[in-house]
Amino acid sequence: MTIKTEALTKTFGKITAVNELNLEVEEGEIFGLLGPNGAGKTTLISMLCTILKPSSGKAWVNGFDIVKEPGKVRKSIGIVFQQASVDDLLTGRENLALHNLLFDVPKAIRKQRIDEVLSIVNLEKRADDFVNTYSGGMRRRLELARGIMHHPKILFLDEPTLGLDPQTREHIWDYIKELAQKECMTVLLTTHYMEEAEKLCDRVAIIDYGKIVALDSPGALTSRIAGDVVTIKQRISDIESIKKLNYVMKAEDKDGLLYISIKDAGKHLQDLLSNTGPIDFVEVRRGTLNDVFLHYTGREIREAEAEGGFWERMMKR
Amino acid sequence: MSEIEGIYAVWLREAKIYIREKERLVSAVISPLLWIFGFGGGLGSSVQSMSGYPYQTFIYPGIMVMTVLFTSLFYGVYIIWDRKLDFLKEVLVAPISRASVFAGKMLGGATDAMVQVVYLIIIGFFISIPFTPLVIIEAFLMLLLISIAMVSIGLVIGANLKSPEGFSLIINFVMWPMFFFSGALFPVSNLGPWLSAVTFINPLTYGVDAMRGIILNINHFPIMLDVAALTLFAAIMIGIGVASFKRM
Repeated sequence: MTIKTEALTKTFGKITAVNELNLEVEEGEIFGLLGPNGAGKTTLISMLCTILKPSSGKAWVNGFDIVKEPGKVRKSIGIVFQQASVDDLLTGRENLALHNLLFDVPKAIRKQRIDEVLSIVNLEKRADDFVNTYSGGMRRRLELARGIMHHPKILFLDEPTLGLDPQTREHIWDYIKELAQKECMTVLLTTHYMEEAEKLCDRVAIIDYGKIVALDSPGALTSRIAGDVVTIKQRISDIESIKKLNYVMKAEDKDGLLYISIKDAGKHLQDLLSNTGPIDFVEVRRGTLNDVFLHYTGREIREAEAEGGFWERMMKR
Repeated sequence: MSEIEGIYAVWLREAKIYIREKERLVSAVISPLLWIFGFGGGLGSSVQSMSGYPYQTFIYPGIMVMTVLFTSLFYGVYIIWDRKLDFLKEVLVAPISRASVFAGKMLGGATDAMVQVVYLIIIGFFISIPFTPLVIIEAFLMLLLISIAMVSIGLVIGANLKSPEGFSLIINFVMWPMFFFSGALFPVSNLGPWLSAVTFINPLTYGVDAMRGIILNINHFPIMLDVAALTLFAAIMIGIGVASFKRM
């Protein structure tokens, strides 16, 4: 087990950001943490990276206790933050060189490591330019390069593709996948993008109000919870008789349209349509992780991420 | 070994950024020039000599201390920007102790201030300050000690605040009283009881006194007392600073 938590809890005053959370992540898997804003993802990652001390509970990263052996934890992990943390006024290479010093990479292999990671993220040609001339995607790649330079066993990625265009996002996904395979690294990432979780993750955990509400592979979650979604417009609306059909998992009336989740559209669509009466519109699509996500976390909009104490909130502006 | 390299890494980043931000270098030259020629020269034309020196020469050690004070205290604001822009996180998650992070930042701030000291010494030659090689070395070391103490104050405040505006507000409450009641602009020997009590508890008074003693041979306190007071104060501030960094 590369990551294990037991009743891990973090409270900020009255707010419980992470609530007695139990999690186990296997070696070599890409594991996704999904959840609305303020669900506790970043707080959880911060605790695992030893930036935040838990209020109670225990956790081990690479077998090291996060409270008792933070130094060992830090040496064995790589982190890519939500916001860019590379230095604008340094070149790409200089940023990497500082990381080498901070993470105590042996002197003899420092130069070689820098060249190695630069080539993995295809930044060799721009390595000696200042970072303030980089695009958003290039910065992300530089951060990825930096995160893996000391050969960590686990890579933490907090919203790795936030604010990037679709092309760059695809590239970053490829890099992450390749890295995980090549270096045999475990990857723990948080994301808002369901597509990202679907394409990248071996398993995902949906977190809400500091607790895990669902955990499985994206495929299993989708077929179990979301199934296929049939959208119809009935002439005479009759949601109750549809809900009674045994293959219907869920039926919802929204804006005059009926959204029906069924287990297998191929098998049951014909029977479903024979039960709906006359209709004006029909659409069938495969369920997605997005449906699963909304199923577990509801539709209301959340307050922003809980953070800090009284003093920090006072001084923030 | 890795802690020393960590300190070096933090310092190296600060030094590189300082050299690359041209505005900082330019303002570092201009502000002391204004004080020496604008204030010292201007007021000096109507003030008679002080303790046997022209006013401009008399306040020169005080201007040196002031320059170091301003630069060192304001250096603390960079830690707030670093945090706001997340640059600091990379350092905070590194496997080096917070004491080392603090040491690296402190040396970075002291470097900024000492670059200005070099300018000031060069200016000093043009306004016929009585320099000898020994005086320059002593002055440099003394100013380094002052800088370390003052950078630590700035870092303590910076580490405990989240907004640059709040920092400027608080630092002004610290900086101006320290400067005015340090004897940088006037001698502390014949002040009223109330004012002299304030100057005695101001750590910067001892810095100004030591500098004036080193450069102009005018001492109010024994130099060893000056050094001891400042060293003690610096040690306390470093202690509080490391504690503040640990909570970051």
